[in-house]
Amino acid sequence: MPVATKDGSGNLDILIAGAGYVGLAAAVAIKSSRPNLSIAVVDAAPAGVWQKDGRCSAIAAAASRMLAQLECWDEIAPVAQAITDMIVTDSRTSDPVRPVFLTFDGEVEPGEPFAHMVPNTALNGALRKQAAALGIDILEGVAVSSFDQGLSGLTVHLADGVALKTKLLIAADGVRSKLRDMAGIKTVHWDYGQSGIVCTIAHERPHNGRAEEHFLPAGPFAILPLKGNRSSIVWTERTADADRIVAADDFVFESELEMRFGLKLGEIRAETKPRAWPLGLTLAREFIAPRFALAGDAAHGIHPIAGQGLNLGLKDVAALAEVIVDADRLGQDIGAFDVLERYQMWRRFDTWQMGVTTDVLNRLFSNDFGPLRALRDIGLGLVERAPHLKNFFIKQASGLAGPAPKLLRGEAI
Amino acid sequence: MAQAERSTIDPEEVERFSRIAAQWWDPVGKFRPLHKFNPVRLAYIRDQVAERFGRDPLAARPLDGVRILDIGCGGGLLCEPMARLGATVVGVDPAERNIEVARLHAAEGGLSIDYRATTAEALADAGEKFDVVLNMEVVEHVADIDLFIARTSEMVKPGGLMFVATINRTLKALGLAIIGAEYVLRWLPRGTHRYEKLVRPEELETAISSAGLTVIDRAGVSYNPIADRWSRSKDMDVNYMLLAERAT
Repeated sequence: MPVATKDGSGNLDILIAGAGYVGLAAAVAIKSSRPNLSIAVVDAAPAGVWQKDGRCSAIAAAASRMLAQLECWDEIAPVAQAITDMIVTDSRTSDPVRPVFLTFDGEVEPGEPFAHMVPNTALNGALRKQAAALGIDILEGVAVSSFDQGLSGLTVHLADGVALKTKLLIAADGVRSKLRDMAGIKTVHWDYGQSGIVCTIAHERPHNGRAEEHFLPAGPFAILPLKGNRSSIVWTERTADADRIVAADDFVFESELEMRFGLKLGEIRAETKPRAWPLGLTLAREFIAPRFALAGDAAHGIHPIAGQGLNLGLKDVAALAEVIVDADRLGQDIGAFDVLERYQMWRRFDTWQMGVTTDVLNRLFSNDFGPLRALRDIGLGLVERAPHLKNFFIKQASGLAGPAPKLLRGEAI
Repeated sequence: MAQAERSTIDPEEVERFSRIAAQWWDPVGKFRPLHKFNPVRLAYIRDQVAERFGRDPLAARPLDGVRILDIGCGGGLLCEPMARLGATVVGVDPAERNIEVARLHAAEGGLSIDYRATTAEALADAGEKFDVVLNMEVVEHVADIDLFIARTSEMVKPGGLMFVATINRTLKALGLAIIGAEYVLRWLPRGTHRYEKLVRPEELETAISSAGLTVIDRAGVSYNPIADRWSRSKDMDVNYMLLAERAT
């Protein structure tokens, strides 16, 4: 097996499970700063599956600075749609006019929008290209079956019978992380009983870079601008309703969509087959185990209400990469507990805070109870009138709040 | 040689460290504070040695070929990172059990380090010379500081460096490093440090210049309880480091 190791012995410094954006970004971020470390990525999905992902993601300003630092942004920029402003409304579907409570002019710095919408394939493709340029091997179609703890490293057994020795194993294998279970890390989990319907739509008139979030009684309904006259929608419904809506024929789906989307952008048409994803909150109790670290959704699956899942994942990567690079520069064992502990301290609190915030937002807004609506509208009205508070939310949404790791500030590690 | 008959070893101290030798590499065990403290002193040594020998401190192996002696190496908490950074490392400790633990741990990690259960004086007697001599967190445990500094200084090559890190003998150090760390926070076993054995920077500087070396840098090390991290500072009242050179 062509695993790049320093001495050809199959001994790695870092093995990353999961070739999604989290795993790939971790590999690229660490390898760019420490070319001396041998890093490989394994993924259970067969080669080429990533190219079939039709979804798009919101990439906050801090995350795009990080991708620029990793020399990936130039590749992504041509297909990235800037979100230049955003409106938030609190409404029922039957409201003829939806009062606008919040408007954001979305720039963190002049000329730098607070977020972009990017097709997942473009993000993944750019990271893969950079990983290849750095000499990082990606083994596809191979799952991790188990790993054993040794004194100076882990032995990781792959499904094809190969055993690899590594000083550190990073699990970036998603919200239902198998490696997290193998490491014996417990999670806190609850289902919202909601599903997010995701689909790309085409519309007649241009969106002018505007994002909209409508707090409908069943949950948030977001319209996010894509390149051309297209938008990505994330539409929350109770799980049973969501399943019914995505199973319906095109005509029924489009008329349900139109009821919520409105006609302001003209005729609308679904460009991809809508899919429903059950929503829940999953937070890992620990982010680390001996010679083992969780990153991205494997550490935290949160509600998409604030569009922060990807940004939180990249924040993990930036912090973990910085901790590992610093440790290696000091000659420390990169898998040592006291090294990994710095990553856990850095990220766990922030993650739980974001998890709880999105949970509270969702409970507050997925609701048609009159007095609660009145209260939250007063709250939104106050935010609209207080520039400092609004600025705070923009900073939060752009990922520039808090003690940001260097990569998220657009700096080299 | 008259000096060789006197020893700098304090048998009580050697015995105390032997009892807890097995815990050197347990990051949540008795040496946890030293693990936490390690990055700040590693960075100081790496940066100063790299500068002296004209290396890039952020390179993969900035200390390649530099011959380093770590005195009172314990379980090898400093030796291993130095070896990973490329240095040729000799670690000495009078406690036989420390050396056993250190050897075992280095072998597990595939690191080649020359560990010897002996004293610094024995090495000096044998005429060993080094580019860098590390006296880190050790002078507060020896019986005769002037003699210890004199004997270890002998081993510094012309143009070479000696690092000394220890705890100041101030009321602040008594409060933080002994009462705070040993009795209140229980970071360190009680009796790890004894107030009367602590050393003031000026006492060390006198010993160092008498030994023919020149002190070229002084740094304080302070603890930030909120970040739970140690960092370099100007405050030398508690933990501090001195850097000395032997002229070429």
